[in-house]
Amino acid sequence: MTKEDSTPTRPRVFAALRSFFIRHPSLQRLIWPLAGLGLLVLFNLMFDRAFFEITTRDGNLYGPVMTILRLAVKVMLLAIGMTLVIAAGGVDLSVGSVMAVAGALVAYLSTQGDWPFAALLGVAVLVALVAGAFNGTLVAFAGLQPIVATLIMMVLGRGLALSITGGLPISVQDPGLEFLGRGFVAGIPAPILLVVAVVVITGIACRMTALGLFIEAVGDNENASRMSGVNARGIKLFAYVFCALCAALAGLVTVGDVGRVEPDRLGQMLELDAITAVVVGGTVLTGGRFSLVGSIVGALLIQTLTVTLIRQGMPSDVAPVPKALVIIAVCLLQSPRLRAQLAAWRSGVRRVGA
Amino acid sequence: MSKAILEMRNISKAFGGVKALDDVRLTVRAGEIHALMGENGAGKSTLIKVLTGVHGRDGGTIEFDGRAISPRSPKEAEAHGISTVYQEINLIPTLSVAENIMLGRQPKSFGIIRWQAMRRQAARALARLGLELDVTRELRSCSIAIQQLVAIARALDVQAKLLILDEPTSSLDEQECAALFDVMRRLRGEGLAILFVTHFLDQVYAMTDRITVLRNGEVVGEFETSGLPRLELIGKMLGRELKEEARATKNVAGRVPEEARESSVPVLEVKALGRRGAMHPVDLRIGEGEVVGLAGLLGSGRTEMARMLFGADRPDSGEIRVRGEVASLPSPRKAIRRGLAFCPEDRKAEGIIPNLSVRENLVLALQASRGPARLLARAEQLQIVENYIRLLDIRTPGTEAPIRNLSGGNQQKVLLARWLALQPTLIILDEPTRGIDVGAKAEIERLVASLREKGMSVLFISSELEEVVRVSQRVIVLRDRRKVGELGGDDVNEHSIMSLIAGHGTDHNVKPRGA
Repeated sequence: MTKEDSTPTRPRVFAALRSFFIRHPSLQRLIWPLAGLGLLVLFNLMFDRAFFEITTRDGNLYGPVMTILRLAVKVMLLAIGMTLVIAAGGVDLSVGSVMAVAGALVAYLSTQGDWPFAALLGVAVLVALVAGAFNGTLVAFAGLQPIVATLIMMVLGRGLALSITGGLPISVQDPGLEFLGRGFVAGIPAPILLVVAVVVITGIACRMTALGLFIEAVGDNENASRMSGVNARGIKLFAYVFCALCAALAGLVTVGDVGRVEPDRLGQMLELDAITAVVVGGTVLTGGRFSLVGSIVGALLIQTLTVTLIRQGMPSDVAPVPKALVIIAVCLLQSPRLRAQLAAWRSGVRRVGA
Repeated sequence: MSKAILEMRNISKAFGGVKALDDVRLTVRAGEIHALMGENGAGKSTLIKVLTGVHGRDGGTIEFDGRAISPRSPKEAEAHGISTVYQEINLIPTLSVAENIMLGRQPKSFGIIRWQAMRRQAARALARLGLELDVTRELRSCSIAIQQLVAIARALDVQAKLLILDEPTSSLDEQECAALFDVMRRLRGEGLAILFVTHFLDQVYAMTDRITVLRNGEVVGEFETSGLPRLELIGKMLGRELKEEARATKNVAGRVPEEARESSVPVLEVKALGRRGAMHPVDLRIGEGEVVGLAGLLGSGRTEMARMLFGADRPDSGEIRVRGEVASLPSPRKAIRRGLAFCPEDRKAEGIIPNLSVRENLVLALQASRGPARLLARAEQLQIVENYIRLLDIRTPGTEAPIRNLSGGNQQKVLLARWLALQPTLIILDEPTRGIDVGAKAEIERLVASLREKGMSVLFISSELEEVVRVSQRVIVLRDRRKVGELGGDDVNEHSIMSLIAGHGTDHNVKPRGA
């Protein structure tokens, strides 16, 4: 490519990185979110050494980095499911409400008798199956716009969650849930391990089978996929069901972590954070190619930024403003048109300079 | 003879190296209805878009009403007096008729719309078309024909001197067409020039004074309608001169003896298959290793038929048998399971998955038939893909390049490979050579011949008669969504096909649209 005309002083690492990304085009979309995260880490390395301090208490790990990871767990879980829905050409606004329904129902049942943890888990899965099938059916079979279909579920779910608890917060004391939200395994917080497990399992399910290919094909050109024999409706239905499962899991983790359910606030607005994480992570909103790792990086980038700003003394109510700026920056850097213009401008400058 | 109001000379236009218009000339006179004819890809819409400023032109001049013009947008063209009514109506269904006619030009005082004046002006514009209508009605409550007339009223209200009608009748029934034609005649009487794009021959002969025929981006000629027999017009559109040689065009596909064909169970047999508004009931049988051509003009029902066979559209009458078994094929997935394959005409909308790689596009149908769980191993995929890249000579930077980066011809080859990898018993090719270069066309023809030798059956759809004649053993001819004939043996030649398309004997009573 243009390696020859780059200045000789440019570090060799750059050239190596560049050829690596040229050889692996699927990783190209990860460049900018990773670069953003890298910049934040660099900033903290220079100005806030305490940021990376990790202390152990009873053999368990604590510290700002662990806090960021824990805070990002909900959005990461949601973003995994949201990635598949967006890749298949849809969007799911109901994830926050599904969190609330699953959380509220599980909390309510645990106060009503001696439900074993496995049964509570089963209930949450059932909630997710119903909600996901509802969304998926409306989108794939009834042909509703994804925003409209999932908006219905978003409103409906919130109402259900409120009516389950009678509108009041409920405290939960279930050792299983508590472990899910606050436990440790070998010093590492359990919810973080859960996210890792879900990413790995989802990644395997998508890439070791043809599921990933079908999702990307349907999202990129649904008509052509159907004409090639892909079961486009089934694929969409699957994506919504899987997304709801992730949401229910996020609900359980939150309930376990906080120890109580506030049905009007649990998961509220998180659907937007999840969508943001997916988009920042390089999956385009119009569907097609997706990257699960990208979505995780996107979620971490946003959370790291928020924590960094607060640690730098920015009041937490102003923090969303720089967050918006970063999202704009990352998205603009991913825009093919802008990149083409930048490239043209750069080569122009180079020619004039030479 | 009235003077020319529009003179386009030496117009050329290329898209990414592919010539869409080459040295095209078009002359339209005041007070005439001028037909612009040509098959898909002939350059009609490109020419109109150059004229209305949607596309810039690479070369040539446009003289309109005595002045050289270079419109850079439809709005600029309108200001010159060139108005266009498109096939899909570009109006706002939820606004009133009056608002639609006057939108953007509402009479105002102090920035406030004078509703009364607006309604009066709108009513006047409609009256010019001989139409009396409550202009406060919501547009979507009117029939399509009325909406079309409203669109024309809007177009004329900007002091148009030239009105372009781009396939205005394709969604109208007979009576509605008649109403539209009355309006066209009335406007012609007022001295307006009308450029009329249609693919219905009867309408051309009923309405127009002169015809310009385009083919492959070039002008075939400009003719007086009354002096050009129907058969000759078809020949010019399809690029075949009606000389004795044309009759003798060699058919290279071998013929299966009649008896042999009758005795074997056909791969596909269709009885009275029809779909309302798309296709009159039709019979069809395709034997093993047989190439059957489907010929007819644009809009004759070729694609509609293919889509029904493949389960992309649901037929509402008739029966499909695959290898003698009754098959209901309500979805492409089921059709594929029965051994059918379909390469659609619209490559971009129904063929390629643009951002996925050549490899992923090529294995998609095969993988879909295996289901999601049994993923083809990467090595196996690459073996298949590399094999077809070699076999069909697909020019691609690599197996992982996004298919959108390939040229049209190479995209088409990838799509063909997508189906061949499935080893279907019958493959339906809808315009497989459209928009690809000559070399690739010849390769695809050769490929069809080799498939036949391997025992695969092919339904071959093309607007290029020469091509149909070359590859097909039998040809079915469609006209106006009806099967009008079937040719076999030595009858497979361009002359017979064109005679059937022209509909000798039924010249003036063919309906523009089937019931």
